[in-house]
Amino acid sequence: MTELLVGTKKGLFVLEGEPGAPFEVKARAFAGEPVEYAMRDPRTNRILAGVINPFYGPKVFYAEDPSGDWEQAAGLALPEGGDEALARIWVIVPGEAPGTLYAGGDPGVLFVSRDGGETWELCRSLFEHPTRPDWTPGGGGLCLHSIAPWPGEPDRLALALSAVGVWLTEDGGETWSHGNAGLGARYLPEESTDTLALCVHDLQRAPRRPERLFIQFHGGVYRSDDAGASWTEIGHGLPSDFGFPLVVDPADPDSAYVIPLVADMDRVTPGGRVRVYETRDAGATWAPRGDGLPAEHAYLTVLREAFDRRGEGDGLELYFGATSGDVFGSGDAGATWFTAATRLPPVYSVRTA
Amino acid sequence: MHAMALVRLRGPLKTLAGGAEHPVEGTTIAELLARLERERPALHGWILDERGRIRRHINVFVNGEKGGEATPVAPDDRVDVLPAISGGAA
Repeated sequence: MTELLVGTKKGLFVLEGEPGAPFEVKARAFAGEPVEYAMRDPRTNRILAGVINPFYGPKVFYAEDPSGDWEQAAGLALPEGGDEALARIWVIVPGEAPGTLYAGGDPGVLFVSRDGGETWELCRSLFEHPTRPDWTPGGGGLCLHSIAPWPGEPDRLALALSAVGVWLTEDGGETWSHGNAGLGARYLPEESTDTLALCVHDLQRAPRRPERLFIQFHGGVYRSDDAGASWTEIGHGLPSDFGFPLVVDPADPDSAYVIPLVADMDRVTPGGRVRVYETRDAGATWAPRGDGLPAEHAYLTVLREAFDRRGEGDGLELYFGATSGDVFGSGDAGATWFTAATRLPPVYSVRTA
Repeated sequence: MHAMALVRLRGPLKTLAGGAEHPVEGTTIAELLARLERERPALHGWILDERGRIRRHINVFVNGEKGGEATPVAPDDRVDVLPAISGGAA
């Protein structure tokens, strides 16, 4: 049985099912409130949900049973009396150390929890980074949306921010280096020397070869083979290299899946046809995977956190949701697809458990 | 004991604060609400953000008149904290 945690504009939907048939809605929490992100930590079985109540601000809540009582996590705030307030939590990711979780948010902030998500602490070294005055937001805000731990090495972490590029630490967040070599922004003049205004949309690590990372950029798909220090463009062969989420098959470091949208000025699936694109040769070639997905009159928008995987190899399951309220899945690594849910509120995030 | 203004809460704020009506000391709305959030820790961050500002889609009224952070509050004033119509979304 696969569980999907679907964050939507109108609450968290917990879906359950087997690949190949529609999933059932088993629970709905935070009815009416935007749930930007929700995940279940497999180590504790605890669900953590980022809720951005329009009246009362962004909060993170946690529970094991989504139908039961939720507790509010503490410490997810910026320093009191400052000039900024937390606008949103974008992503929550388990760390490598026991009980450790990371949360990324707007304005470009990282939080760390060492007790399974009950209490959190702001990463001051990133918040007070000397380059921060020059950081600029992307269209979705100054969002820290990607956090990639290094398997087995708790002190090594890669982050991606829109629009501040890739940041790397090898000392548990004491110091940060900027991984920007090779990233090219088409929204800047060719002669621009700006290395900060880099709008990464998603960053994912290949867990079996952790020095390899993939990026879906704001125009461009990139690969790094040196732990994020430098990047090579690999988006040739895609119908469009604009999109938001990217997923890898953990079993295959040469794999990546993206969902192309037309362009930044037209963020819908190209030609009214929904297709996921897969590479198994580290981006040298891409193949469309659309068997079972809407093939005409379908102009969907798939947001950054709305694509996830479960399992690996031949049994890799893939799931993505769209702002149309549709959720699609594949139980065979993208070869064929089925509709898991329809007519949900606009989907902000999809995470498997 | 000083006379105190009466803060009235609704919805989740009322639940978090453990009641609808709270006598609170303070000379401005910001001071009053900061004190209320300190006295009722579950409310912390729900009305005021980290900057000490009233959240954008919350309205605060003193004796029925809409106010801001700096609005003076006198003992025995009634302070209503209400979700704003602007916070609702389709």
